[in-house]
Amino acid sequence: MILVYMEIRDGNIKKSSLEALSEAKRRAEEMGLEANAVCVGHGIDALVPETFRYGASKVYILENTLLDKYSPSGYTQALLSLVEEVKPAVFLFAATSMGKDLSPRLAAKLGASLASDCTQTATQDGKLEVVRPIFAGKAFARFRCTSTPQMATLRPNVFPLADPVDGQGEIVKKEVVIPEDQVKDKVIEVIKAEGAELDVTEADIVVTGGRGMKGPENFDLLRELTKILPHSAVGASRSAVDAEWIDHQHQVGQTGKTVSPNLYLAFGVSGAIQHLAGMSSSKYIVAVNKDPEAPIFKVADFGVVGDLFQVIPPLKEELKKILSD
Amino acid sequence: MNLFVFVKRVPDTESKIKINHETNSVNEEGLNFVLSPYDEYAVEEAIQIKEAKGGKVTVFSVGADETLTILKKCLAMGADEAVLIKDDVGETFDALRTAKIITRLLKTKYTEYDLLLFGKQSVGADSAQVPSMVAAMLDLPQVNVVTKLEIEGNTGTAHREIEGAGEKVSFSLPAVISAQKGLNEPRYETLKGIMAAKRKEIPVVTIEELGFAPDELAVQLELIKMESPPSRESGKIIEGEPEETAKKLAEFLRHDAKVI
Repeated sequence: MILVYMEIRDGNIKKSSLEALSEAKRRAEEMGLEANAVCVGHGIDALVPETFRYGASKVYILENTLLDKYSPSGYTQALLSLVEEVKPAVFLFAATSMGKDLSPRLAAKLGASLASDCTQTATQDGKLEVVRPIFAGKAFARFRCTSTPQMATLRPNVFPLADPVDGQGEIVKKEVVIPEDQVKDKVIEVIKAEGAELDVTEADIVVTGGRGMKGPENFDLLRELTKILPHSAVGASRSAVDAEWIDHQHQVGQTGKTVSPNLYLAFGVSGAIQHLAGMSSSKYIVAVNKDPEAPIFKVADFGVVGDLFQVIPPLKEELKKILSD
Repeated sequence: MNLFVFVKRVPDTESKIKINHETNSVNEEGLNFVLSPYDEYAVEEAIQIKEAKGGKVTVFSVGADETLTILKKCLAMGADEAVLIKDDVGETFDALRTAKIITRLLKTKYTEYDLLLFGKQSVGADSAQVPSMVAAMLDLPQVNVVTKLEIEGNTGTAHREIEGAGEKVSFSLPAVISAQKGLNEPRYETLKGIMAAKRKEIPVVTIEELGFAPDELAVQLELIKMESPPSRESGKIIEGEPEETAKKLAEFLRHDAKVI
Protein backbone atom coordinates (compact mmCIF):
# COMPACT_ATOMS: atom_id res chain seq x y z
CA MET A 1 0.00 0.00 0.00
CA ILE A 2 0.86 3.66 -0.21
CA LEU A 3 0.39 5.14 3.22
CA VAL A 4 -0.16 8.88 3.70
CA TYR A 5 0.16 10.75 6.98
CA MET A 6 -2.78 13.02 7.75
CA GLU A 7 -1.82 16.07 9.75
CA ILE A 8 -4.45 17.48 12.08
CA ARG A 9 -4.39 21.17 13.00
CA ASP A 10 -7.13 23.07 14.77
CA GLY A 11 -9.51 20.13 14.56
CA ASN A 12 -9.18 19.61 10.81
CA ILE A 13 -7.14 17.47 8.46
CA LYS A 14 -4.79 19.83 6.65
CA LYS A 15 -5.47 20.54 2.99
CA SER A 16 -1.84 19.74 2.14
CA SER A 17 -2.30 16.23 3.62
CA LEU A 18 -5.35 15.72 1.40
CA GLU A 19 -3.29 16.92 -1.58
CA ALA A 20 -0.68 14.28 -0.72
CA LEU A 21 -3.44 11.66 -0.42
CA SER A 22 -4.85 12.70 -3.82
CA GLU A 23 -1.38 12.28 -5.38
CA ALA A 24 -0.88 8.96 -3.56
CA LYS A 25 -4.14 7.68 -5.05
CA ARG A 26 -2.95 8.57 -8.58
CA ARG A 27 0.34 6.70 -8.04
CA ALA A 28 -1.36 3.80 -6.25
CA GLU A 29 -3.57 3.14 -9.27
CA GLU A 30 -0.48 2.89 -11.50
CA MET A 31 1.27 0.60 -9.04
CA GLY A 32 -1.75 -1.59 -8.39
CA LEU A 33 -1.77 -0.66 -4.71
CA GLU A 34 -4.24 0.78 -2.21
CA ALA A 35 -3.84 4.33 -0.96
CA ASN A 36 -4.41 4.42 2.79
CA ALA A 37 -4.31 7.17 5.37
CA VAL A 38 -3.07 7.35 8.95
CA CYS A 39 -4.02 9.84 11.65
CA VAL A 40 -2.30 10.14 15.03
CA GLY A 41 -3.78 11.80 18.09
CA HIS A 42 -6.46 11.61 20.71
CA GLY A 43 -10.21 11.97 20.13
CA ILE A 44 -9.94 12.36 16.35
CA ASP A 45 -12.39 9.67 15.16
CA ALA A 46 -14.88 12.14 13.71
CA LEU A 47 -12.29 13.63 11.34
CA VAL A 48 -11.12 10.51 9.57
CA PRO A 49 -14.03 9.80 7.13
CA GLU A 50 -12.85 12.89 5.21
CA THR A 51 -9.95 10.77 3.89
CA PHE A 52 -12.37 8.46 2.02
CA ARG A 53 -13.53 11.43 -0.03
CA TYR A 54 -9.98 11.77 -1.39
CA GLY A 55 -9.36 8.15 -2.25
CA ALA A 56 -8.30 6.35 0.94
CA SER A 57 -9.40 2.71 1.08
CA LYS A 58 -8.51 2.41 4.74
CA VAL A 59 -7.72 4.88 7.44
CA TYR A 60 -5.74 3.97 10.52
CA ILE A 61 -6.27 5.86 13.75
CA LEU A 62 -3.38 5.67 16.19
CA GLU A 63 -4.86 6.73 19.48
CA ASN A 64 -3.25 7.48 22.82
CA THR A 65 -3.96 10.24 25.34
CA LEU A 66 -0.22 11.02 25.45
CA LEU A 67 -0.47 11.98 21.77
CA ASP A 68 -3.08 14.72 22.25
CA LYS A 69 -0.41 17.26 21.30
CA TYR A 70 2.38 16.84 18.78
CA SER A 71 5.56 15.13 19.94
CA PRO A 72 8.12 14.04 17.32
CA SER A 73 9.38 11.16 19.46
CA GLY A 74 5.89 10.05 20.55
CA TYR A 75 4.34 10.28 17.07
CA THR A 76 7.33 8.42 15.61
CA GLN A 77 6.83 5.56 18.07
CA ALA A 78 3.16 5.31 17.10
CA LEU A 79 3.85 5.34 13.34
CA LEU A 80 6.74 2.92 13.71
CA SER A 81 4.48 0.24 15.19
CA LEU A 82 2.01 0.65 12.32
CA VAL A 83 4.68 0.55 9.59
CA GLU A 84 6.18 -2.59 11.06
CA GLU A 85 2.76 -4.21 11.01
CA VAL A 86 1.34 -3.14 7.64
CA LYS A 87 4.63 -2.70 5.73
CA PRO A 88 3.71 0.03 3.23
CA ALA A 89 5.69 0.12 -0.02
CA VAL A 90 5.53 3.91 -0.01
CA PHE A 91 4.96 6.36 2.85
CA LEU A 92 4.16 9.98 1.99
CA PHE A 93 3.84 13.13 4.10
CA ALA A 94 2.94 16.71 3.24
CA ALA A 95 6.05 18.88 3.54
CA THR A 96 4.56 21.03 6.28
CA SER A 97 6.32 22.06 9.49
CA MET A 98 5.09 18.90 11.15
CA GLY A 99 5.71 16.68 8.12
CA LYS A 100 9.27 17.93 7.77
CA ASP A 101 9.87 17.39 11.49
CA LEU A 102 8.30 13.95 11.83
CA SER A 103 9.11 12.15 8.55
CA PRO A 104 12.94 12.15 8.87
CA ARG A 105 12.70 10.86 12.43
CA LEU A 106 10.53 7.97 11.29
CA ALA A 107 12.67 7.38 8.17
CA ALA A 108 15.84 7.06 10.26
CA LYS A 109 14.15 4.56 12.59
CA LEU A 110 13.20 2.51 9.52
CA GLY A 111 16.59 2.88 7.83
CA ALA A 112 14.78 4.50 4.91
CA SER A 113 15.95 7.46 2.87
CA LEU A 114 13.58 10.36 2.36
CA ALA A 115 13.09 12.75 -0.56
CA SER A 116 12.09 16.16 0.80
CA ASP A 117 9.64 18.71 -0.50
CA CYS A 118 8.93 17.04 -3.84
CA THR A 119 7.06 18.86 -6.59
CA GLN A 120 6.41 15.89 -8.92
CA THR A 121 5.93 12.18 -8.48
CA ALA A 122 5.82 9.32 -10.98
CA THR A 123 6.22 5.56 -11.04
CA GLN A 124 8.85 3.72 -13.02
CA ASP A 125 9.44 -0.05 -12.88
CA GLY A 126 7.28 -0.27 -9.79
CA LYS A 127 9.30 2.32 -7.89
CA LEU A 128 8.48 5.86 -6.92
CA GLU A 129 10.32 8.60 -8.77
CA VAL A 130 10.24 12.17 -7.57
CA VAL A 131 11.43 15.58 -8.66
CA ARG A 132 12.53 17.97 -5.99
CA PRO A 133 13.91 21.50 -6.07
CA ILE A 134 17.47 21.91 -4.80
CA PHE A 135 19.22 25.19 -4.04
CA ALA A 136 15.74 26.55 -3.24
CA GLY A 137 14.63 26.00 -6.83
CA LYS A 138 17.77 27.11 -8.69
CA ALA A 139 17.91 23.51 -9.91
CA PHE A 140 15.70 20.43 -9.92
CA ALA A 141 16.74 16.85 -9.36
CA ARG A 142 14.92 13.63 -10.22
CA PHE A 143 15.45 10.69 -7.88
CA ARG A 144 14.37 7.08 -7.79
CA CYS A 145 13.48 5.99 -4.27
CA THR A 146 15.02 2.60 -3.55
CA SER A 147 14.68 2.20 0.20
CA THR A 148 12.06 0.20 2.06
CA PRO A 149 9.69 1.87 2.45
CA GLN A 150 10.10 4.53 -0.25
CA MET A 151 9.52 7.82 1.53
CA ALA A 152 8.88 11.37 0.38
CA THR A 153 7.35 14.63 1.55
CA LEU A 154 5.23 16.57 -0.95
CA ARG A 155 5.28 20.34 -1.17
CA PRO A 156 1.96 21.98 -0.20
CA ASN A 157 0.00 23.86 -2.86
CA VAL A 158 1.60 21.96 -5.76
CA PHE A 159 -0.39 18.74 -6.18
CA PRO A 160 -4.03 19.09 -7.25
CA LEU A 161 -6.72 17.96 -4.83
CA ALA A 162 -8.80 15.11 -6.24
CA ASP A 163 -12.47 15.84 -6.82
CA PRO A 164 -14.11 14.62 -3.61
CA VAL A 165 -16.21 11.48 -4.00
CA ASP A 166 -18.84 9.87 -1.75
CA GLY A 167 -16.35 7.20 -0.84
CA GLN A 168 -16.60 4.65 1.92
CA GLY A 169 -13.76 2.76 3.50
CA GLU A 170 -12.58 0.86 6.50
CA ILE A 171 -11.62 2.53 9.76
CA VAL A 172 -8.95 0.66 11.69
CA LYS A 173 -8.48 2.04 15.16
CA LYS A 174 -5.46 1.07 17.21
CA GLU A 175 -4.73 1.96 20.80
CA VAL A 176 -0.97 2.39 20.68
CA VAL A 177 1.12 1.61 23.71
CA ILE A 178 3.75 4.23 24.42
CA PRO A 179 5.75 4.37 27.62
CA GLU A 180 5.54 7.92 28.97
CA ASP A 181 9.33 8.28 28.88
CA GLN A 182 9.22 7.68 25.12
CA VAL A 183 7.51 11.05 24.70
CA LYS A 184 10.69 13.08 24.99
CA ASP A 185 9.72 16.30 23.29
CA LYS A 186 6.22 17.66 23.51
CA VAL A 187 4.43 20.77 22.34
CA ILE A 188 3.16 22.51 25.47
CA GLU A 189 1.63 25.53 23.79
CA VAL A 190 0.77 26.80 20.32
CA ILE A 191 1.29 30.52 20.00
CA LYS A 192 -0.83 32.02 17.24
CA ALA A 193 0.51 35.00 15.36
CA GLU A 194 -1.68 38.10 15.65
CA GLY A 195 -4.77 37.83 13.45
CA ALA A 196 -3.87 34.17 12.73
CA GLU A 197 -2.18 35.11 9.47
CA LEU A 198 -1.95 32.59 6.66
CA ASP A 199 1.57 31.32 5.99
CA VAL A 200 3.17 32.26 2.66
CA THR A 201 3.78 28.59 1.87
CA GLU A 202 0.06 27.82 2.12
CA ALA A 203 -1.42 30.87 0.44
CA ASP A 204 -2.86 30.87 -3.08
CA ILE A 205 -1.76 34.47 -3.51
CA VAL A 206 1.41 35.98 -2.03
CA VAL A 207 1.69 39.78 -1.87
CA THR A 208 5.35 40.58 -1.33
CA GLY A 209 7.11 43.82 -0.44
CA GLY A 210 10.78 44.58 -0.98
CA ARG A 211 13.17 47.41 -0.31
CA GLY A 212 10.89 49.69 -2.34
CA MET A 213 8.36 49.58 0.53
CA LYS A 214 10.63 52.11 2.28
CA GLY A 215 9.54 51.31 5.83
CA PRO A 216 7.63 48.95 8.16
CA GLU A 217 4.47 51.10 8.23
CA ASN A 218 3.98 50.70 4.48
CA PHE A 219 3.52 46.95 4.80
CA ASP A 220 0.00 47.86 5.96
CA LEU A 221 -0.71 48.63 2.29
CA LEU A 222 0.07 45.00 1.47
CA ARG A 223 -1.91 43.71 4.46
CA GLU A 224 -4.91 45.64 3.12
CA LEU A 225 -4.50 43.92 -0.24
CA THR A 226 -4.42 40.53 1.45
CA LYS A 227 -7.74 41.39 3.13
CA ILE A 228 -9.27 41.85 -0.32
CA LEU A 229 -7.58 38.95 -2.11
CA PRO A 230 -8.88 35.51 -1.12
CA HIS A 231 -6.53 33.06 0.62
CA SER A 232 -3.56 35.41 0.42
CA ALA A 233 -0.55 36.19 2.61
CA VAL A 234 2.08 38.91 2.96
CA GLY A 235 5.61 38.02 1.87
CA ALA A 236 8.84 39.97 2.08
CA SER A 237 12.27 40.10 0.47
CA ARG A 238 15.43 39.56 2.49
CA SER A 239 16.31 43.25 2.46
CA ALA A 240 12.93 44.15 3.97
CA VAL A 241 13.39 41.50 6.67
CA ASP A 242 17.00 42.45 7.40
CA ALA A 243 15.87 46.09 7.78
CA GLU A 244 13.44 44.72 10.41
CA TRP A 245 10.38 46.06 8.61
CA ILE A 246 8.63 42.70 9.00
CA ASP A 247 9.20 39.37 10.76
CA HIS A 248 11.39 36.77 9.03
CA GLN A 249 8.45 34.31 8.97
CA HIS A 250 7.39 36.27 5.89
CA GLN A 251 10.70 36.04 4.04
CA VAL A 252 10.63 34.45 0.59
CA GLY A 253 13.88 33.28 -0.99
CA GLN A 254 16.83 31.03 -0.40
CA THR A 255 17.23 31.88 3.27
CA GLY A 256 13.49 32.20 3.70
CA LYS A 257 10.61 30.19 2.36
CA THR A 258 10.08 28.75 -1.09
CA VAL A 259 6.59 29.37 -2.39
CA SER A 260 4.56 28.22 -5.40
CA PRO A 261 1.30 30.19 -5.25
CA ASN A 262 -1.09 30.76 -8.14
CA LEU A 263 -0.21 34.43 -8.05
CA TYR A 264 2.90 36.16 -6.77
CA LEU A 265 2.46 39.93 -6.57
CA ALA A 266 5.78 41.70 -5.98
CA PHE A 267 5.89 45.35 -4.96
CA GLY A 268 9.23 47.15 -4.87
CA VAL A 269 11.12 43.86 -5.14
CA SER A 270 14.21 44.09 -7.35
CA GLY A 271 14.56 40.32 -7.84
CA ALA A 272 17.92 39.21 -6.45
CA ILE A 273 18.97 35.67 -7.45
CA GLN A 274 18.32 34.32 -3.98
CA HIS A 275 14.79 35.82 -4.01
CA LEU A 276 13.91 34.56 -7.49
CA ALA A 277 14.96 31.07 -6.41
CA GLY A 278 12.24 31.07 -3.79
CA MET A 279 9.32 32.18 -5.97
CA SER A 280 9.96 31.47 -9.63
CA SER A 281 7.82 28.32 -9.59
CA SER A 282 4.77 30.53 -8.92
CA LYS A 283 2.11 30.10 -11.58
CA TYR A 284 1.81 33.82 -12.33
CA ILE A 285 4.24 36.54 -11.33
CA VAL A 286 3.22 40.18 -11.37
CA ALA A 287 5.65 42.95 -10.45
CA VAL A 288 5.37 46.66 -9.74
CA ASN A 289 8.70 48.47 -9.61
CA LYS A 290 9.98 51.95 -10.39
CA ASP A 291 13.12 50.59 -12.04
CA PRO A 292 12.44 49.26 -15.55
CA GLU A 293 15.76 47.36 -15.37
CA ALA A 294 14.80 45.44 -12.20
CA PRO A 295 15.56 41.71 -12.72
CA ILE A 296 12.12 40.80 -11.39
CA PHE A 297 10.63 41.96 -14.73
CA LYS A 298 12.58 39.19 -16.49
CA VAL A 299 10.43 36.56 -14.77
CA ALA A 300 7.19 38.55 -14.53
CA ASP A 301 4.16 37.61 -16.62
CA PHE A 302 2.89 41.14 -16.17
CA GLY A 303 4.84 44.15 -15.02
CA VAL A 304 4.07 47.74 -14.18
CA VAL A 305 6.91 50.23 -14.27
CA GLY A 306 5.73 52.75 -11.75
CA ASP A 307 5.60 53.96 -8.17
CA LEU A 308 3.98 51.31 -6.00
CA PHE A 309 2.62 53.98 -3.64
CA GLN A 310 0.67 55.46 -6.56
CA VAL A 311 -0.38 52.14 -8.08
CA ILE A 312 -1.63 50.35 -4.94
CA PRO A 313 -4.54 52.70 -4.04
CA PRO A 314 -6.29 52.53 -7.45
CA LEU A 315 -5.40 48.82 -7.70
CA LYS A 316 -7.17 48.22 -4.41
CA GLU A 317 -10.31 49.86 -5.75
CA GLU A 318 -10.15 47.87 -9.01
CA LEU A 319 -9.73 44.59 -7.14
CA LYS A 320 -12.62 45.39 -4.81
CA LYS A 321 -14.80 46.15 -7.80
CA ILE A 322 -13.86 42.93 -9.61
CA LEU A 323 -14.21 40.72 -6.54
CA SER A 324 -17.61 42.11 -5.58
CA ASP A 325 -19.01 41.25 -9.05
CA MET B 1 27.70 22.20 29.06
CA ASN B 2 29.29 20.20 26.30
CA LEU B 3 27.94 21.74 23.10
CA PHE B 4 28.37 20.09 19.69
CA VAL B 5 27.53 21.96 16.50
CA PHE B 6 27.28 20.36 13.04
CA VAL B 7 27.94 22.54 10.01
CA LYS B 8 28.14 22.25 6.23
CA ARG B 9 30.03 23.98 3.43
CA VAL B 10 27.69 25.22 0.68
CA PRO B 11 27.67 27.68 -2.26
CA ASP B 12 26.57 31.13 -1.07
CA THR B 13 23.01 32.24 -1.78
CA GLU B 14 24.08 34.71 -4.48
CA SER B 15 25.44 31.82 -6.57
CA LYS B 16 24.03 30.98 -9.96
CA ILE B 17 23.73 27.20 -10.05
CA LYS B 18 24.86 25.65 -13.33
CA ILE B 19 24.41 21.96 -14.04
CA ASN B 20 27.04 19.77 -15.63
CA HIS B 21 24.78 17.43 -17.58
CA GLU B 22 27.53 14.89 -18.24
CA THR B 23 28.26 14.27 -14.59
CA ASN B 24 24.74 15.12 -13.41
CA SER B 25 26.12 17.46 -10.79
CA VAL B 26 26.46 21.12 -9.97
CA ASN B 27 29.31 22.83 -11.77
CA GLU B 28 31.42 24.11 -8.88
CA GLU B 29 33.68 26.30 -10.97
CA GLY B 30 33.52 29.93 -9.86
CA LEU B 31 31.19 29.22 -6.94
CA ASN B 32 31.89 30.91 -3.63
CA PHE B 33 31.56 28.41 -0.78
CA VAL B 34 30.54 29.50 2.70
CA LEU B 35 29.36 28.21 6.06
CA SER B 36 25.67 27.40 5.43
CA PRO B 37 23.67 30.42 6.67
CA TYR B 38 21.46 28.57 9.17
CA ASP B 39 24.52 26.86 10.65
CA GLU B 40 25.83 30.30 11.67
CA TYR B 41 22.85 30.65 14.02
CA ALA B 42 23.64 27.24 15.52
CA VAL B 43 27.29 28.17 16.13
CA GLU B 44 26.32 31.54 17.61
CA GLU B 45 23.74 29.94 19.92
CA ALA B 46 26.28 27.41 21.20
CA ILE B 47 28.79 30.18 21.91
CA GLN B 48 26.14 32.22 23.73
CA ILE B 49 25.13 29.24 25.88
CA LYS B 50 28.77 28.62 26.72
CA GLU B 51 29.27 32.28 27.63
CA ALA B 52 26.24 32.17 29.93
CA LYS B 53 26.71 28.77 31.54
CA GLY B 54 30.27 27.71 30.86
CA GLY B 55 31.35 24.66 28.93
CA LYS B 56 32.88 23.91 25.59
CA VAL B 57 31.82 24.32 21.96
CA THR B 58 33.02 21.73 19.41
CA VAL B 59 32.14 22.10 15.75
CA PHE B 60 31.99 19.14 13.34
CA SER B 61 31.63 18.92 9.60
CA VAL B 62 31.41 15.98 7.20
CA GLY B 63 33.23 16.73 3.95
CA ALA B 64 36.43 16.89 1.97
CA ASP B 65 39.55 18.91 2.89
CA GLU B 66 38.01 22.17 1.56
CA THR B 67 35.61 21.98 4.49
CA LEU B 68 38.43 23.09 6.79
CA THR B 69 37.78 26.73 5.75
CA ILE B 70 34.34 26.80 7.34
CA LEU B 71 35.62 25.02 10.46
CA LYS B 72 38.28 27.76 10.77
CA LYS B 73 35.53 30.34 10.51
CA CYS B 74 33.63 28.67 13.37
CA LEU B 75 36.81 28.67 15.48
CA ALA B 76 37.32 32.35 14.66
CA MET B 77 33.75 33.07 15.80
CA GLY B 78 34.61 31.54 19.18
CA ALA B 79 34.20 27.76 19.01
CA ASP B 80 36.79 25.93 21.15
CA GLU B 81 37.48 22.92 18.97
CA ALA B 82 36.69 21.75 15.45
CA VAL B 83 36.74 18.26 13.96
CA LEU B 84 36.67 17.28 10.29
CA ILE B 85 34.98 14.00 9.42
CA LYS B 86 36.73 13.40 6.16
CA ASP B 87 34.44 12.13 3.43
CA ASP B 88 35.31 12.59 -0.23
CA VAL B 89 32.04 11.27 -1.63
CA GLY B 90 30.52 14.72 -2.12
CA GLU B 91 26.86 15.67 -2.24
CA THR B 92 24.54 12.63 -2.46
CA PHE B 93 21.27 14.37 -1.45
CA ASP B 94 20.69 11.35 0.80
CA ALA B 95 20.56 12.82 4.29
CA LEU B 96 20.38 9.39 5.92
CA ARG B 97 23.96 8.72 4.85
CA THR B 98 25.22 11.89 6.59
CA ALA B 99 23.08 11.19 9.65
CA LYS B 100 24.55 7.68 9.92
CA ILE B 101 28.09 9.07 9.82
CA ILE B 102 27.36 11.66 12.52
CA THR B 103 25.53 9.13 14.68
CA ARG B 104 28.40 6.64 14.49
CA LEU B 105 30.85 9.37 15.47
CA LEU B 106 28.70 10.26 18.49
CA LYS B 107 28.35 6.63 19.53
CA THR B 108 32.03 5.76 19.27
CA LYS B 109 34.37 8.76 19.47
CA TYR B 110 32.63 11.84 20.84
CA THR B 111 30.17 10.34 23.28
CA GLU B 112 29.86 13.11 25.89
CA TYR B 113 27.48 15.95 25.03
CA ASP B 114 24.53 17.90 26.39
CA LEU B 115 23.24 19.58 23.27
CA LEU B 116 23.60 18.88 19.54
CA LEU B 117 22.97 21.96 17.41
CA PHE B 118 22.38 22.14 13.64
CA GLY B 119 21.10 24.66 11.13
CA LYS B 120 17.46 23.95 10.27
CA GLN B 121 18.62 22.88 6.80
CA SER B 122 21.65 23.25 4.62
CA VAL B 123 21.30 25.81 1.87
CA GLY B 124 21.53 23.66 -1.25
CA ALA B 125 20.38 20.12 -0.52
CA ASP B 126 17.51 21.80 1.37
CA SER B 127 16.54 18.49 2.96
CA ALA B 128 16.11 19.54 6.60
CA GLN B 129 16.50 15.91 7.66
CA VAL B 130 19.85 15.33 9.34
CA PRO B 131 18.93 16.81 12.78
CA SER B 132 15.79 14.67 13.15
CA MET B 133 17.56 11.58 11.83
CA VAL B 134 20.44 11.91 14.27
CA ALA B 135 17.94 12.50 17.10
CA ALA B 136 16.06 9.36 16.07
CA MET B 137 19.13 7.15 15.92
CA LEU B 138 20.39 8.39 19.30
CA ASP B 139 16.87 8.33 20.81
CA LEU B 140 17.11 11.98 21.78
CA PRO B 141 14.40 14.63 21.91
CA GLN B 142 14.36 17.03 18.95
CA VAL B 143 13.15 20.55 18.30
CA ASN B 144 13.56 21.91 14.78
CA VAL B 145 13.29 25.41 13.30
CA VAL B 146 13.99 27.02 16.66
CA THR B 147 13.75 30.80 17.10
CA LYS B 148 14.17 30.91 20.89
CA LEU B 149 15.96 28.54 23.23
CA GLU B 150 16.12 28.38 27.02
CA ILE B 151 18.13 25.80 28.95
CA GLU B 152 17.53 25.35 32.67
CA GLY B 153 19.46 22.57 34.37
CA ASN B 154 18.59 19.31 32.63
CA THR B 155 15.60 20.57 30.71
CA GLY B 156 14.93 23.06 27.97
CA THR B 157 12.15 25.00 26.31
CA ALA B 158 12.29 26.00 22.68
CA HIS B 159 10.05 28.00 20.40
CA ARG B 160 9.79 26.57 16.96
CA GLU B 161 8.25 28.14 13.90
CA ILE B 162 5.25 26.51 12.24
CA GLU B 163 2.78 27.79 9.61
CA GLY B 164 1.52 31.17 10.79
CA ALA B 165 2.22 30.36 14.45
CA GLY B 166 4.80 29.09 16.90
CA GLU B 167 5.05 26.00 19.08
CA LYS B 168 6.54 26.00 22.54
CA VAL B 169 8.22 22.63 23.11
CA SER B 170 9.64 21.23 26.32
CA PHE B 171 12.35 18.59 26.31
CA SER B 172 15.05 17.03 28.44
CA LEU B 173 18.81 17.06 27.80
CA PRO B 174 20.69 15.83 25.92
CA ALA B 175 18.70 16.99 22.90
CA VAL B 176 18.90 17.95 19.24
CA ILE B 177 18.10 21.53 18.24
CA SER B 178 18.03 23.01 14.74
CA ALA B 179 18.35 26.77 14.34
CA GLN B 180 16.15 29.13 12.33
CA LYS B 181 16.88 32.72 11.37
CA GLY B 182 15.82 34.94 14.26
CA LEU B 183 17.34 32.75 16.98
CA ASN B 184 20.20 35.23 17.41
CA GLU B 185 22.46 37.59 15.51
CA PRO B 186 25.64 35.71 14.52
CA ARG B 187 28.82 37.58 15.44
CA TYR B 188 31.60 38.45 13.07
CA GLU B 189 35.00 36.87 13.56
CA THR B 190 37.51 39.07 15.35
CA LEU B 191 41.05 39.50 14.07
CA LYS B 192 42.29 37.85 17.25
CA GLY B 193 39.89 34.97 16.65
CA ILE B 194 41.06 34.57 13.07
CA MET B 195 44.72 34.47 14.15
CA ALA B 196 43.98 31.93 16.89
CA ALA B 197 41.93 29.80 14.48
CA LYS B 198 44.85 29.70 12.06
CA ARG B 199 47.10 28.17 14.67
CA LYS B 200 44.52 25.73 15.96
CA GLU B 201 44.91 22.13 14.92
CA ILE B 202 41.80 20.49 13.51
CA PRO B 203 41.71 16.72 14.14
CA VAL B 204 40.50 14.56 11.27
CA VAL B 205 38.36 11.45 11.61
CA THR B 206 38.09 9.38 8.45
CA ILE B 207 35.03 7.43 7.35
CA GLU B 208 37.18 4.26 7.43
CA GLU B 209 37.90 4.83 11.13
CA LEU B 210 34.17 4.80 11.82
CA GLY B 211 34.04 1.20 10.61
CA PHE B 212 30.99 0.92 8.41
CA ALA B 213 30.02 -2.36 6.75
CA PRO B 214 30.33 -2.26 2.93
CA ASP B 215 26.67 -1.47 2.14
CA GLU B 216 25.86 0.52 5.23
CA LEU B 217 26.33 3.91 3.58
CA ALA B 218 24.73 2.96 0.25
CA VAL B 219 22.75 5.82 -1.25
CA GLN B 220 19.04 5.00 -1.42
CA LEU B 221 17.97 8.01 -3.45
CA GLU B 222 19.26 7.30 -6.91
CA LEU B 223 19.92 10.55 -8.77
CA ILE B 224 18.55 10.20 -12.28
CA LYS B 225 18.80 13.70 -13.64
CA MET B 226 19.61 17.22 -12.57
CA GLU B 227 18.14 20.12 -14.47
CA SER B 228 17.88 23.87 -14.46
CA PRO B 229 14.41 25.22 -13.74
CA PRO B 230 12.23 25.87 -16.78
CA SER B 231 13.08 29.38 -17.88
CA ARG B 232 10.30 31.93 -17.59
CA GLU B 233 9.48 34.19 -20.45
CA SER B 234 9.19 37.82 -19.59
CA GLY B 235 5.59 38.93 -20.18
CA LYS B 236 3.95 42.25 -20.81
CA ILE B 237 5.55 45.29 -19.17
CA ILE B 238 3.53 48.50 -19.13
CA GLU B 239 4.05 52.12 -18.08
CA GLY B 240 1.61 54.96 -17.68
CA GLU B 241 -0.74 56.77 -15.31
CA PRO B 242 -1.24 54.89 -12.02
CA GLU B 243 -5.04 54.61 -12.46
CA GLU B 244 -4.66 53.21 -15.94
CA THR B 245 -1.88 50.74 -15.10
CA ALA B 246 -3.75 49.58 -11.97
CA LYS B 247 -6.82 48.91 -14.11
CA LYS B 248 -4.82 46.94 -16.68
CA LEU B 249 -3.12 44.97 -13.92
CA ALA B 250 -6.47 44.03 -12.37
CA GLU B 251 -7.80 43.05 -15.80
CA PHE B 252 -4.76 40.85 -16.38
CA LEU B 253 -5.39 39.05 -13.09
CA ARG B 254 -9.07 38.57 -13.88
CA HIS B 255 -9.14 37.78 -17.59
CA ASP B 256 -5.69 36.54 -18.64
CA ALA B 257 -4.34 34.80 -15.56
CA LYS B 258 -7.82 34.08 -14.16
CA VAL B 259 -6.39 33.99 -10.66
CA ILE B 260 -9.07 36.18 -9.11
